[in-house]
Amino acid sequence: MSLFQGRSLTCVRGERRVFQGLDFALPAGGALVLTGANGSGKSSLLRVMAGLLHPAAGGLLWAGRPVAEDAEAHRARLHYLGHLDAVKPVLTLAENLAFWARLRAAAGGGGLRIEAALAAFDLTALAEVPGRRLSAGQRRRLALARLIAAPAELWLLDEPTVGLDRASLGRLAAALAEHRAGGGRVVAATHAPIELPGAEMLSLEAFAPPPVPDLALTLEEAW
Amino acid sequence: MVSGFLQVVARDLRLALRQRADALMVVLFFVLTAAIFPFGVGPEPNLLERMGPGVIWVTALLAVLLSLERLFLADYEDGSLELLVLTPLPLEFAVLAKTLAHWLTTGVPLIAAAPLLALLYNMDPAALPMLVVAMLLGSPSLSLIGAIGAALVLGARRGGVLIPLLVLPLNVPVLIFGVGAVDAALAGLNARPHLLFLGAILLVFLVVTPLAGAAALRQAAE
Repeated sequence: MSLFQGRSLTCVRGERRVFQGLDFALPAGGALVLTGANGSGKSSLLRVMAGLLHPAAGGLLWAGRPVAEDAEAHRARLHYLGHLDAVKPVLTLAENLAFWARLRAAAGGGGLRIEAALAAFDLTALAEVPGRRLSAGQRRRLALARLIAAPAELWLLDEPTVGLDRASLGRLAAALAEHRAGGGRVVAATHAPIELPGAEMLSLEAFAPPPVPDLALTLEEAW
Repeated sequence: MVSGFLQVVARDLRLALRQRADALMVVLFFVLTAAIFPFGVGPEPNLLERMGPGVIWVTALLAVLLSLERLFLADYEDGSLELLVLTPLPLEFAVLAKTLAHWLTTGVPLIAAAPLLALLYNMDPAALPMLVVAMLLGSPSLSLIGAIGAALVLGARRGGVLIPLLVLPLNVPVLIFGVGAVDAALAGLNARPHLLFLGAILLVFLVVTPLAGAAALRQAAE
């Protein structure tokens, strides 16, 4: 069974230690929901998993092999959905979607499923609308449609439900279920409840570093 | 990999086409700045003829600088850069593709406008082909050098002001040999050594820019 694993990951942003000693394991078809207060490092962990951010200590393993050995292969098997939707205002919705899907397919990804992706998030009628005229929720749906347009095994989703209406939440749940049924993995950071049956919960607060004693205060007390 | 490269070029060309005003502004800046010099130095034909190649090269360089900030900033701000870093296409190729698109949308229009300005400066028409050849060899280097600067300042406040500080000193060799080639042709001398230097600079930055640019973009996407 191939596992996507993190071993004693530590993340430092700026001068601050965000989390330390974090372990996780995600089997094929599995889902991991990251929880924790604002600033507890959910986004940072997703960025570490994607390879955008290097962990200060620890490492990632895919099927027992370090991910860092073949970063290109890791990029080919993941989709990352960040806070920003990467929608170009002057391109139509279909053009925005097709560019990223073709880029993945061209660089060695799988087949293209642009029509299916548009249908999955009810965007077919909006296909020719330029990006600047899309509402925030529609832009989010376009970003989500990217996940389906070019298949990838691992989905890393940062607050995927932001701006979505009830119907779209249902579509997202269906897309996630289909992805997992096909052996895909999902890691999602979210505050809103998300429909991921059987998902493992990972609270980042459990890995928060112990509070650093205030040096000035300690010195004063010692004095 | 080639196909991914072409996807990025095609996308940036399409974006430029939908935002034609940006490219047009660069050419207009080039023409207007070059046209304003005679008002400052006086309309003496001999003097203008002597200054022509230098003025054209310097204003072309400034026009390119004007366009550099857009090169990566829009992608950085709307999240496209993160996705670009995470596609299987090596980031070095993406940097090269975006720089090529930048040259096609700013360098090429400048080259097209340059002969017009040369005539304005009363330059000997026999030297026009040399001006075009020198700019064909030199202007891609301006885009390549500029791309490093544009990638490095991402995330810095007022990055657009920083780019010229980083990029201008590196552009000086292109300027020297670009003007040198045209001056040599005007004086009836052999321009080949100047063109060879321009070619050498281009080759160096064809290698350096993808590496340095990709490293800077990865840093910016962290």
